[in-house]
Amino acid sequence: MRTNVLSVRDMVVAFDDFVALDHVSVDVAEGESFGIVGESGSGKSTLLRVVAGLNAFSAGTLTINGQSYSGRSRSKDFYRTVQMVFQDPYGSLHPRQTVDRLLLEPLAIHGFDNVDQRIMRALDEVGLGSGFRFRYSHQLSGGQRQRVAIARALILEPKVLLLDEPTSALDASIQAEILNLLEQARKDRGLTFVMVSHDLGVISHMCERLAVMKSGKVVETVTADALESRAFSADYTRQLMTASEGFRRV
Amino acid sequence: MSGVVGTDKLLTVEDLRVSFPTRTGEVQAVRGVSFTLGRERLGIVGESGSGKSQTGRAIMGLTPKHAKITAKTLNFAGRDLLAISDRERREIRGKRIAMVLQDPKYSLNPVSTIGRQIIETLKTHERISTAEAKARTLAMLEAVQIRDPERVFSLYPHEVSGGMGQRVMIAMMLICGPELLIADEPTSALDVTVQLEVLGILDKLVAERGMGLIFVSHDLRLVSSFCDRVLVMYAGRVVEELPSADLSKAQHPYTQGLLNCLPTIGTDRHPLPVLDRKKEWAL
Repeated sequence: MRTNVLSVRDMVVAFDDFVALDHVSVDVAEGESFGIVGESGSGKSTLLRVVAGLNAFSAGTLTINGQSYSGRSRSKDFYRTVQMVFQDPYGSLHPRQTVDRLLLEPLAIHGFDNVDQRIMRALDEVGLGSGFRFRYSHQLSGGQRQRVAIARALILEPKVLLLDEPTSALDASIQAEILNLLEQARKDRGLTFVMVSHDLGVISHMCERLAVMKSGKVVETVTADALESRAFSADYTRQLMTASEGFRRV
Repeated sequence: MSGVVGTDKLLTVEDLRVSFPTRTGEVQAVRGVSFTLGRERLGIVGESGSGKSQTGRAIMGLTPKHAKITAKTLNFAGRDLLAISDRERREIRGKRIAMVLQDPKYSLNPVSTIGRQIIETLKTHERISTAEAKARTLAMLEAVQIRDPERVFSLYPHEVSGGMGQRVMIAMMLICGPELLIADEPTSALDVTVQLEVLGILDKLVAERGMGLIFVSHDLRLVSSFCDRVLVMYAGRVVEELPSADLSKAQHPYTQGLLNCLPTIGTDRHPLPVLDRKKEWAL
């Protein structure tokens, strides 16, 4: 039995009258790749944001790496353990900073040494090479920007990576490249992934276990193998499954 | 069911080119696209920047003024679309050729009620009374499977969901009974489960009314399940044209690559095959 690196119990998040998360419980083991699928408004991104400390929650408990959190405040140590990659690569990089500056900032904050070497290595790891080091993000394509965002997350050598729809803004062929890159990084570093996506295909490819969410609730938690053999029980999972198979003329 | 393929040619496109002058030289978005369309469903697939949307826009007459657009033939139902006046173009646009865009949030007028914008379309092209226009609008809203058309009629676009908004968009585009419908990523902004509903509605109406359809999308599988024929575009050109049923027999490495790189449930491929883009594809 692996230890849980992330544990969410009965979490409630409400924005005024709207309940975004309604008693959600999720456990993610160390080294596991865990997926969350659902439609827009299902609360999947909110869950990730609460874990990262970007949203507060009003009830329930949150334990990450053995430590409990209640509000939005996170220690510096937390961000060395947990890093996040966002959906929109156009919005998640500072437009007036070069790639070098973007990667330097987390290193400076956390007092890393060998800064130069680390930046070079990080760029190499995401397949960009040193030629990209002094470019601005507007000079990069969507796929290249997402590589920079991944490099920025990995440069702190975190244990957990939170991925919020990391490929949904990208073309299909670029998506394949980014997914391969993430899988390789996970294998090399023994990372834990929590990945959110609306695409059942992507989640079943990347994750061992997944939670299906709808209107703020976890409908069910199944393994990717169970998804393949259709051994799930919820009607909603079946709906998502049919939708992911594409259009059929009746 | 295979599509009803009409013998009469609705649209003929030959050597269509669209280019944009920029400070660093001319950007050629579409470079010599040719195809003909009858009363059938044609899919145009490609990744961002392949020129698929600009092809659709050129036919609709929505290319920006500063762009250069040329073609040997751009003929719609016997009329040369590049030679006719703006006025004639306006008569065709909305009445005989209609277009559904990607995101209803941006394509509907935010400060006018849904009913009013649909009536506006109708009254621009037909001389009918307001009462009759309203009756037809309500009937059309019902045809796109909106349960309470009276209520939706008086709502503003921000008060409806994405799926509902796209149904409204389809209703607005089909109300004048166009002969050709261009759908540019009509379901990309919608949730997966809603996508199928909207596609089903679109499919039914296109079949019932015998329209020609150009379906522009980045999603090769979706397009092939929806259309009779597929054009695959890369860097402004059509690299392959094939019947949807023969998708698995695609010859061009780009088409094959696009088909292969998608993660699907039940296939265990780690790492995923990636596209190896060749320079000669873009020649």
